[in-house]
Amino acid sequence: MAAISREEVAHLAHLARLAVTDEELDRFAGQLDVILQAVARVGEVAADDIPPTSHTVPLTNVLRDDVVTPGADRAEVLAAAPDVAEDRFRVPRILDEEV
Amino acid sequence: MSDLTRTTATELARRIADREVSAVEVAQAHLDRIAAVDERVHAFLHVDAEGALAAARAADEAIARGESPGPLAGVPVAVKDVVTTKGIPTTAGSRILEGWVPPYDGTIVARMREAGLVMLGKTNMDEFAMGSSTEYSGYGPSFNPWDLTRIPGGSGGGSAAAIAAYEAPLAIGTDTGGSIRQPGAVTGTVGAKPTYGGTSRYGLVAFSSSLDTPGPCGRTVEDAAMLHAVIAGHDPRDSTSIPAPVPPVVEAARQGATGDLTGVRLGLVKEFSGEGAEPGVVAAFREGLDALVKLGAEVVEVSCPHFAYALPAYYLIAPSECSSNLARFDGVRYGLRVSDDGTRSLEEVMSLTREAGFGPEVKRRIILGTYALSSGYYDAYYGQAQKVRTLVTRDFTSAFEKADVLVSPTTPLVAFPFGSRTTDPYQMYLADLFTIPVNLYGGPAISVPCGLSEGLPVGFQVMAPVMADDRMYRVGAALESAIGTFTPPEL
Repeated sequence: MAAISREEVAHLAHLARLAVTDEELDRFAGQLDVILQAVARVGEVAADDIPPTSHTVPLTNVLRDDVVTPGADRAEVLAAAPDVAEDRFRVPRILDEEV
Repeated sequence: MSDLTRTTATELARRIADREVSAVEVAQAHLDRIAAVDERVHAFLHVDAEGALAAARAADEAIARGESPGPLAGVPVAVKDVVTTKGIPTTAGSRILEGWVPPYDGTIVARMREAGLVMLGKTNMDEFAMGSSTEYSGYGPSFNPWDLTRIPGGSGGGSAAAIAAYEAPLAIGTDTGGSIRQPGAVTGTVGAKPTYGGTSRYGLVAFSSSLDTPGPCGRTVEDAAMLHAVIAGHDPRDSTSIPAPVPPVVEAARQGATGDLTGVRLGLVKEFSGEGAEPGVVAAFREGLDALVKLGAEVVEVSCPHFAYALPAYYLIAPSECSSNLARFDGVRYGLRVSDDGTRSLEEVMSLTREAGFGPEVKRRIILGTYALSSGYYDAYYGQAQKVRTLVTRDFTSAFEKADVLVSPTTPLVAFPFGSRTTDPYQMYLADLFTIPVNLYGGPAISVPCGLSEGLPVGFQVMAPVMADDRMYRVGAALESAIGTFTPPEL
């Protein structure tokens, strides 16, 4: 049985905001199925009593002195934006109705 | 070809400091070499000749004033295009970042600038560092200087190819599952992944944040150690940066080069001593091991039963983290935006932009990661993978009770021909079989050339305990002193 269906891949692509084509869906479904069957081996080991590791460095909260340091320059940051209006990032339409 | 491009970074630094040669002459020699061969090698995505010459002039002037910016002052370096460089385009090998000029330097770049190194430009890579061949670069592959019909490894194939083709004496790479070491192995160069947290990730375009580690590439072990010493050390801007002194890597490389390994215990990983690797790779690795034994090292066999599960665990953890990290490419603040014609919604524009800007491997991994993190599958995939990470770490901890370092071939395959592993993505992943376990554990590892198989370079991997980076440099330099370095045919 396939580990993942074409419909599931389409749903995941939507969740990840990828407007994949039909051709990609066909190809990715097969490839992801091969990959998932291979990586599912992680289920063969690692019993309930094994704690998970998210990070190799023990993370503790780090506090620093509250000192003002220079931030990024607004003009430099906006120069890299795809669209700018009134010194701000201009975003695509966010409401349904026409403006 | 000028002698300057064939000279080690350490020797260049000495000659520049002694004013036998100027940093400008050295930079120009490498820029000339790039102009002569990079059309065929395609190691670089962007060459900054003007910036390089200005930095070289500044280094010369500082030295003329009697100042010393650092032990590598005036030496050229190439930087993988995944590290931000203020004023110089940074794409991470992706079309979605085409033309992006970062407003800031990554910490390791800032440290190299302060130390007087001369940045030649940005090197090619698999898109967002996902791949083992540079075939997934959005800008076309790089070519292996040993054989232009073969891959230079990946993801940092551009950095490795630049060094092997004498376009730069040093380069920066990043290693998430082998992206410094595997390109080093297949191009006959040295690539070192420091301890995770030993080098700052600030300014790295993030792929898998719990694994990404920047590190040095060079043609000799000492050169790599010299660059390591410049870029390493605690950075308050990276919350996972380790607040501890940098291990004595340069001293260790020099000690190793004396060729004495008396009393050093090499752990031969039973599970990685042959199975899954090409016979020529195993043979060259064995020759390297014999050479180290002749220098006084002792071989102890260690068993790491969970290493076999490292590759599956990695290909769940890395895509999961990538699916989260790459959500930032939304077409709003930087990079590409397509189809914003006023009729489409933010979500449509975002989806179409990501579809247009990402290549196939990146899309596959985003979808895979989204799956592994989704409710109902999380425990079986991502959760299990994190437990395997614990088991792999335990394997390392117990192996390091018996051995000072662990050794294996770096990658099971010599440089393979273009197109031979792109149809079945899992076949590409197998190139990372031996490099991945140490990433999950967080320790350092180096690849050093140990011989040729069918005329192509083979890499010898030395893995060390967390924050014992000096050990891998000592053993690596000893191997180099016994076996020598490898020179590709003339281009």
